[in-house]
Amino acid sequence: MHRIVRVVSLALVAAFLGGCSAGESNVAQGNREGILHFGNGSEPQGLDPHVVTGVPESKIIDALFEGLTRKNPWTLEPEPGAAASWEFSEDRRVITFHMQPEGRWSNGDPVTAHDFVWSWRRALDPAMGNLYAYMLYPVENAEAYATGKIDDPALVGVRALDDMTLEVTLNAPTPYFLQLMDHYSSYAVHRETIERFGKATDRFTRWTRVGNIVTNGPFQLQNWQLNRRIVVERNPHYWDNDAVRLNGIVFYPTENIVSEERMFRVHQLHYTNDVPLNKIPAYRKMADTPFVEAPYLGTYFYLLNTERPPLDDVRVRKALSLAVDREALTRNVLYGSNNPAYAITPPGTLGYQPPQLFAFDPEEARRLLAEAGYPGGDGWPGLELIYNTSESHRKIAVALQQMWKDALNITVTLSNQEWKVYLDSVSQMNFQVARRGWIGDYVDPNNFLDLYITDGGNNNTGFSDPVYDELILQRAPRAATQEARFALFHEAETRLMEQMPILPIYTYASKHLVHPSVKGLPPNLMDFVNVKYIHLEDVPLTEFELE
Amino acid sequence: MWRFIAGRLLQAIPVILAVITVTFFLVRVAPGGPFDSEKAVIPEVKAALEAQYRLDLPLGQQYFAYLQDLARGELGPSFKYPGRSVNELIAAGLPATAELGAYALLVAVVLGGLAGVVASLKPNSAQDYIPMSVAMIGICMPTFLLGPLLVLLFGIHLEWLPVAGWGDIPGDKILPSLTLGAAYAAYIARLSRAGMLEVMSQDYIRTARAKGLPEWQVVTRHALRGGLIPVVAFLGPAFAGLLAGSFVVETIFQIPGLGRFYVQAAFNRDYTMILGTTVFLSTLIVLFNLLSDILAAWLNPRLRAQYGEA
Repeated sequence: MHRIVRVVSLALVAAFLGGCSAGESNVAQGNREGILHFGNGSEPQGLDPHVVTGVPESKIIDALFEGLTRKNPWTLEPEPGAAASWEFSEDRRVITFHMQPEGRWSNGDPVTAHDFVWSWRRALDPAMGNLYAYMLYPVENAEAYATGKIDDPALVGVRALDDMTLEVTLNAPTPYFLQLMDHYSSYAVHRETIERFGKATDRFTRWTRVGNIVTNGPFQLQNWQLNRRIVVERNPHYWDNDAVRLNGIVFYPTENIVSEERMFRVHQLHYTNDVPLNKIPAYRKMADTPFVEAPYLGTYFYLLNTERPPLDDVRVRKALSLAVDREALTRNVLYGSNNPAYAITPPGTLGYQPPQLFAFDPEEARRLLAEAGYPGGDGWPGLELIYNTSESHRKIAVALQQMWKDALNITVTLSNQEWKVYLDSVSQMNFQVARRGWIGDYVDPNNFLDLYITDGGNNNTGFSDPVYDELILQRAPRAATQEARFALFHEAETRLMEQMPILPIYTYASKHLVHPSVKGLPPNLMDFVNVKYIHLEDVPLTEFELE
Repeated sequence: MWRFIAGRLLQAIPVILAVITVTFFLVRVAPGGPFDSEKAVIPEVKAALEAQYRLDLPLGQQYFAYLQDLARGELGPSFKYPGRSVNELIAAGLPATAELGAYALLVAVVLGGLAGVVASLKPNSAQDYIPMSVAMIGICMPTFLLGPLLVLLFGIHLEWLPVAGWGDIPGDKILPSLTLGAAYAAYIARLSRAGMLEVMSQDYIRTARAKGLPEWQVVTRHALRGGLIPVVAFLGPAFAGLLAGSFVVETIFQIPGLGRFYVQAAFNRDYTMILGTTVFLSTLIVLFNLLSDILAAWLNPRLRAQYGEA
């Protein structure tokens, strides 16, 4: 008994201290062996492209699978993926994709047009419960099938003319449709593998596990340790294997950004998912800094509930918005890494510039508030602002609370809510002012502007304008040219911002630490990573000296 | 003795059943559901998801279906991680939690035992007051305060140790083990001090001293065995407490253990995961308490006799 206790105690002490010994860093070893160590934010929900919905999932799925096209990371233009080429019909409603002649699944099976037909029907099948089914709604009858209005999947506008030719029929010409072809909801999955482990629409099967999963991308799944790491290795059957330069990628669920940054500094990571705000000034000052920031296709804003007083008065909504000094906020609270926003669409989305109808103007804000019946804040009934619990949301809310106090002499109370409670409040419109963010799924103003159509699922403000609805739903899709289409969007967004159902605050920025050895991983508007272009150079590892 | 064990096991059933029932209905009362997301979910999709998880059935029926699954040892599929069962997630999180618990217990026994023995040797002197005051602070200071304080000092200010992780960066297991072990070290310090004081006044200690043994041999050879019995009896519930109570430490230090799954499950409204971990941990606590009672009875004949009568 005593001996056992002694042996166990010694073993424990040894294990405890053994954890302290240092070995070669991940980055040094990775550079030599061509393995990228990638901070990926969180543990993925799963790897089934028709089940998951998050950004960390998309990074892994993009390495394992391939859609019909794949974006160039510099230009974001579609390049051949599972499809070698494609052409549009005269009226731009029919797209014919020609499959890669050498396209192979990781088990050696050919990737055919039939795979895509079967997969898209699966993605749209109502029984699948796919939250991203709507990404395929531009396809003829896709929405009707996904919402159970028709039962026959053969009516959906995707057909295999033969093994190598896929024909897609759209409801209307959709300028951004090709962009959706490298969103994971449009990826092909391996039918035989899925059916071996259960029904096509089953969410619970083991088909995505190591050893089971068959994929068609540049990499294949090698190892998956829950909450620790996911390892992918080169897929020798990939049609463009010669162009792939990495031998593997290790994805880490780096939820704690403080420790992620420290892992980067001790050369355990090549790339971080995020950078702690308070470290940004020091990284900016560094010579040859690994800090990379770029505009990111998303807007941070507040929802204003137009159905509840005092926000049912547009003058109050405008007063609140005009009293916010966005320049000061982004400079002082956000360390200058974000740009102020004055509309919902981020500037430069596919070349589109949103209208700017107002600027910081406390004078005008006071006048509007007085006109609405609260001169100098007199008789102000009070207002509550809700946000989901988070330090950065709190900081911003506190700053705005103070700006409103200073400029308008009104009190706004802050209330943080736990994530699911907050979601519930927002979807039930059980709030006066609520924090909100929107990240674009594809680069097109439509992705932001169709949020505010009457009764849109993500509208959540009570905003309703038949002219706006007509511009977005009827006129813009039928515009003859991109310029005409953007003019219609501009007109719609002007109407939106005149009514101010939302209070735009800033546009997002992506922030990463990228090790100097990593090449071919440029920043872009989608924060999109194309693993095919990445390679590692064997540079000497130096200390990152922070002031 | 067997009757005692069987009786205790029978008593455990209604306790665990009550825990399941309360948890089952409580999580359903919380606003927000497992499928709420930042983007609106269309009703057809939501209905399909609810059907896949049996949420479309009446609540009472769901409850009995859950109990039936549980009787077969099935904790159900996770909501947050489709394709993973709760059994699997618990199995994935348990090793890190158990390892952390073991290290914390080691820290607690070594630091706490040492402090208690040292204090007991010169009662009511500085040698007693200082470690016992530190122990009192240790008992009073919650881990969610101690953890960040240690991180601030050793991780950020001195930069000696990693601020988070588990087995990723050398030395990252030290701060979490210290944080979790600290409160238990404090308890053990007080227990061992009391135990030692009682033993040190016994006749056989006087005998040992009388035959001329040096004081350190009196302590290590004779006093320690008897003095540490209360500590041994405490280890069972302590380990159960360490496993169940590690979620704060796991969250602070980003350890891929059971506790973090537990907290995330609550935030995600992952109904099956919340229930599964609750059932698992409460069963564990009941079992460890029983185990330590048996151990205490085995060490102490008087208790054994008492249990025999019951």
